[in-house]
Amino acid sequence: MSNPPLLELICPAGSLPALKAAVDNGADGVYLGLKDNTNARNFSGLNFDEKSLAEGIRYAQAKRRKVLMALNTYPQPATLSRWHKAVDTAATLGVDAIILADPGLMAYARKTHPELRLHLSVQGSATSYEAVNFYRERFGIQRAVLPRVLSLAQVENVIANTDAEIELFGFGGLCVMVEGRCLLSSYACGDSPNTFGACSPGHAVRWEQTPKGMETRLNGVLIDRYADNEKAGYPTLCKGRFEVQGETYYALEEPTSLNSMDMLPEMARLGIAAIKIEGRQRSPAYVAQVTQVWRAAIDAVKKDRTTFKSQPAWQATLAKVSEGSMNTLGAYYRPWK
Amino acid sequence: MKLSLGPLLYYWSREDTLAFYEQAAAWPVDIVYLGETVCSKRHLLRLPDWLELAEKLTAAGKEVVLASQTLIESESDLKALRKLITDGRFSVEANEWGAVRLLAEAKHPFVAGPTLNAYNPDTLAMLAEIGATRWVPPVEMPRQMIQQMLAALPEVTHLETELFGYGRLPLAFSARCFTARHYNLQKDDCQFRCLDHPDGLVLASREGEDFLAINGIQTQSAKVMSLAHRFDELTDAGIDVLRLSPQARNMQRVVDIFRALADGDIQPAQAPAQLDRFMPAAPCDGYWLGEAGMAFHPVTEGESA
Repeated sequence: MSNPPLLELICPAGSLPALKAAVDNGADGVYLGLKDNTNARNFSGLNFDEKSLAEGIRYAQAKRRKVLMALNTYPQPATLSRWHKAVDTAATLGVDAIILADPGLMAYARKTHPELRLHLSVQGSATSYEAVNFYRERFGIQRAVLPRVLSLAQVENVIANTDAEIELFGFGGLCVMVEGRCLLSSYACGDSPNTFGACSPGHAVRWEQTPKGMETRLNGVLIDRYADNEKAGYPTLCKGRFEVQGETYYALEEPTSLNSMDMLPEMARLGIAAIKIEGRQRSPAYVAQVTQVWRAAIDAVKKDRTTFKSQPAWQATLAKVSEGSMNTLGAYYRPWK
Repeated sequence: MKLSLGPLLYYWSREDTLAFYEQAAAWPVDIVYLGETVCSKRHLLRLPDWLELAEKLTAAGKEVVLASQTLIESESDLKALRKLITDGRFSVEANEWGAVRLLAEAKHPFVAGPTLNAYNPDTLAMLAEIGATRWVPPVEMPRQMIQQMLAALPEVTHLETELFGYGRLPLAFSARCFTARHYNLQKDDCQFRCLDHPDGLVLASREGEDFLAINGIQTQSAKVMSLAHRFDELTDAGIDVLRLSPQARNMQRVVDIFRALADGDIQPAQAPAQLDRFMPAAPCDGYWLGEAGMAFHPVTEGESA
């Protein structure tokens, strides 16, 4: 039996050029989705059709890299066959694994394509080993991606009590809510990540220059207003400024990015199977830069985790491409909570 | 149509909580959900207290269900969950899949809570197969989809459907405590400031539109979901139980109005006028109609389906 994977670098591919950028810059695997609501980055202009998917798989697998396909939204009764067909497509074209959130869909995949490797998506909201083991026992999932809500000590406890591989988010946009447990977007505009595959979707977004400043709205609700010297951000609704008891501030979360690079030695010690980079909605140039930096960092930590130090040049590159140009260790570092 | 009192989502003082359930024993609800589902740090009532309340409410003729924690993070959270299940006297509402695993293993019948994300008949039928006797659809699920779900279930599947029908909608859960954040406190030293906000802490847009309500690690709608004016649409849609979510004041009045609706003593079109002054905020019903959750479409007399 081969050794269990350690710190595989899994990078986002929102398009074929992004996939190639990830592979060329050292990703061990890429993750991607189809051009519809079967995955949680359902934004126009992104993702793959069957032809580009087949080409992406050829490109990656020729270089012995993996292709993981996200089918991580929740199938709904009227359109269930769309998800089933997507699973069939993934199996036929030969992806290395599919990433699922819904137990019903896992049962379908298990029954129809028993050889297909299953990963539990972060959208499955499994935060304990009891939950991870539910999916492992019933559907044979081989890997679970944990929501960005656990501290590393809590992650360690999950690992100690399951034989599923554990994948963690390393870098990129940060959901402050438990993934799969957030309906803020559908409350405001009718579409949620669970069913529609997007949070704060473009069709509900309005940008408007007003005498008070640039205003961003989601289905009419004012999410933020920017002074002339401020850079206006996308109105992801948990990252807006709101008023609570007369005080206006980022009431839920600042527009920051997760960056857990400083915790790589600890992640190596815990035996984390893979590190996921967020950002299928970002450009191929972003993917290239971030992949390169994380490749170097993971190689360094694998060589000697006791002497690992993240390089200022790496951090400078990451800071440049970060959303909001600010970084946080998120929940891995307990005081953030 | 049965009425249920959903789990208390807020953190109230021990006296207020005990007084609330003492009164609830006499209210015309069929089912009462007990227990802490939001934050594991809230400790004014512990499991033995909830079990004592459960006994009292059972004696008063209520069906009691113990609701499990929605976000399980630590080993002590799991320990609390196991205790809830091993007690065995009462049915349990599973609010994440770890609880489902433990309940299925114990062959203990359970209620599939709204955060299990049962969005399709395959998942729902599987839940029924391993012990669910009732399910609560995700709060965003529209009427039409609930009907499609139920129509597509295998004939052997028997499940009650319970809909979140009144109260501030539980929309999101986080590792971070937004109440503590508001007071510039860390979660580990939150000083239990949610005690000061018995119906949540309203978050408004910068132009003064009430939007959300902060309740510790939970984010709710600022508006109160209410299907009182659409009560006659529920049975057709296959709803067996309507869930009323506890609020700090006038809960009895709210329950009485829904009971009158269930008994046919008042008409849905008359309900909003009666309910209005007992609600902590304006109503919304968008999710039921397949729209933005915050939308609201009043029904005028004679127009209702």
